[in-house]
Amino acid sequence: MTLELTNIKKALSLLFVLAAVSSTQAQEKKKDVGEIHGNFDLVSQYYNVDTLIGAPLVDEKIRMNAFSNLIYTKGKFSAGLRFEAYHNAVLGFNDQYRGNGIPFRYASYSVDKLDITIGHFYEQFGNGQILRAYEERGLGIDNVIDGIRVKGSPLKGLVLKGIIGEQRNYFDEGPGIVRGFDVDVQLNSLLKSLETSKTRFSFGASAVSKYQQDNNSTYTLPENVLAYSVRGRLIRGDFSLDGEYTYKYNDPSLDNNFIFKDGQSALVSAAYSRKGLGITFSVKHTDNMFFRSDRNNNSVFNDLFINYMPALTRQHTYNLAATLYPYATQPRGEVAFQTDVIYKIKRKTALGGKYGTTIAVNYALAYNIDTVSLNDRNSSRLGYETNFFGVGDRQYFGDFNVEVARKFNKKFKAKFTYIYLHYDMEIIQGLGGKPNVHANIGVADLLFKLNKKHAIRTELQSLTTPQDQGNWATVVVEYTYSPHWTVAVMDQWNYGNSDPTDRLHYPYLTVGYVKNANRIMLSYGRQRAGIFCVGGVCRVVPASNGFNIAITSSF
Amino acid sequence: MKTFISILSLTLLISSASFAQSESRKIPEVKIQNINGVPFNTGSIENDGKPIIISFWATWCSPCKRELNTIADEYPDWTDETGVKLIAVSIDDSRNIQKVKPYVNGQDWDYDVLLDPNGDFKRAMNVNNVPHTFLVNGNKEIVWQHNSYSPGDEEELYELVQKLANGESIN
Repeated sequence: MTLELTNIKKALSLLFVLAAVSSTQAQEKKKDVGEIHGNFDLVSQYYNVDTLIGAPLVDEKIRMNAFSNLIYTKGKFSAGLRFEAYHNAVLGFNDQYRGNGIPFRYASYSVDKLDITIGHFYEQFGNGQILRAYEERGLGIDNVIDGIRVKGSPLKGLVLKGIIGEQRNYFDEGPGIVRGFDVDVQLNSLLKSLETSKTRFSFGASAVSKYQQDNNSTYTLPENVLAYSVRGRLIRGDFSLDGEYTYKYNDPSLDNNFIFKDGQSALVSAAYSRKGLGITFSVKHTDNMFFRSDRNNNSVFNDLFINYMPALTRQHTYNLAATLYPYATQPRGEVAFQTDVIYKIKRKTALGGKYGTTIAVNYALAYNIDTVSLNDRNSSRLGYETNFFGVGDRQYFGDFNVEVARKFNKKFKAKFTYIYLHYDMEIIQGLGGKPNVHANIGVADLLFKLNKKHAIRTELQSLTTPQDQGNWATVVVEYTYSPHWTVAVMDQWNYGNSDPTDRLHYPYLTVGYVKNANRIMLSYGRQRAGIFCVGGVCRVVPASNGFNIAITSSF
Repeated sequence: MKTFISILSLTLLISSASFAQSESRKIPEVKIQNINGVPFNTGSIENDGKPIIISFWATWCSPCKRELNTIADEYPDWTDETGVKLIAVSIDDSRNIQKVKPYVNGQDWDYDVLLDPNGDFKRAMNVNNVPHTFLVNGNKEIVWQHNSYSPGDEEELYELVQKLANGESIN
């Protein structure tokens, strides 16, 4: 606590200095002494007990999360910090977020072709399967690295990066040290002869290693764990091909039950696109790719992950499809396929109508990997053997969806979505004994523009399934008065629950006001327990009933 | 003590906000990627002294797509009348980044598109969530920003673009 306060004091004095410097600037004008900018975000909830939906008694009654970033820039120099406050963290967040702190502060500058950062930094090598330090504030994910980063570009088309540090773990740092090196080559920029070539090549390679002391009494564990990856991209005209392969040496951890098997992951994507048509096909194989800077942490909150495993599925945005059965990537092992097609029927044609019609089709599948158990628990502890090109016999997830969007006239736009889901609850949500869910989802999203500034948007959603909680219906009506006001009402109704006492309504009212980059939203009602996702990562949100306020602001 | 510090920080924040707004603000220099994954320095964003719109979006963000698809219908007129350029910065990470170019082409957008898969530019611009739109004047100074999108917001944006194109101040 004292340490925290000292940090806060230090940071505040820094702020005062910066503020003073900038105020002087406001008076003197001409001289460039830099700029300060930042943002602010606050979420607070008042909790009512609601035994019907399972909303528990919250001792504090009110909980709040807030943060503010402040960044100072002057030419090639930049420094910043983030103040975070949790009094206490809203339900669904890890309660290790508690109290105030400055868990993010950095300074960086560039000279010639060199960039140096000290303190906290976010970083990604390739597509992140080997290393990705990132933040998803709304999910409580932040595995930022605190240390040193040096980036250089000695030649045009060549970028080298080196990093070392420890990862953030709430208001603390993880026990492991992360070291990494990455090289990225854009061949067409590097080689004069290829500068005008229609074919663009690029490739890269990374090595990441972590160190953590071995204090395990049962096994002799590797203290240094190395991973490497190679990647390449080829673009010719409308066509592109991308691939990345990652290999990780033995990394026994709580996640993989301390087996000594090496891990690997491969992701290949091909895409074709031209005016009015886009096609993407991707395939992925992942095996034993938990990579955290603490082998003894297997928290469901994604603590201390060094790498990021993207899910190869469409990220749905409509409430029922997005929060009841979303897929989460399985670092333990999965084989996944995805095809995505978008086609725009031309405007002013019989089929396309006056403004054109967009059709999007997406098909995604995920299976377990094809393995043979070695039964070597008490000897080599490799666990199992994997057939790299095989597909297992258990389907984790399947999603076929079609979306048709059309603007009928200046006053009316509509989007219709159909989704079929296959969802393995045992694997994806870790709920033993639950059946596979097969669900059909339909959504009609209708936008009526009343005049220049007033509009009404409605969503009519239906989810039908014989499994789990049965059928759901959702209605959303949103009235907007541009550029400031929004009023929205939503009701979710679990009308098909097999238990009649659980056939509940979840009404929710929201009023929002926006002015430029400042927004305030007040909501009241019931929130269903569900899974809230951003990017590819999800957070389980418990049921709640009450009043919610959200403020966001940037300057 | 804690409450005191929170209030102090908030006051400080608001006071710094008031003086920061009176000054010109430049686009920060951050290394991200163009739509083909080639490194791109945001300091080189340029439009020959004409206004620039920078719009942060993602393939999974419905209001973002609603905004950019609405503007796409008007965009040829906007560029003809004011010379404005729209730069759509996708914050999709590696889960969806491969779908960005096919989506942009599929929707037939004429925008310049940049990729910010790890949120570096987003952070430097202090964007909390998408959609978030910035307006940049001919001197490459950020003069206005807006969070979220409601139908009709594009009208306000375009009025401001027209003012900038006519050399008027919008504050």
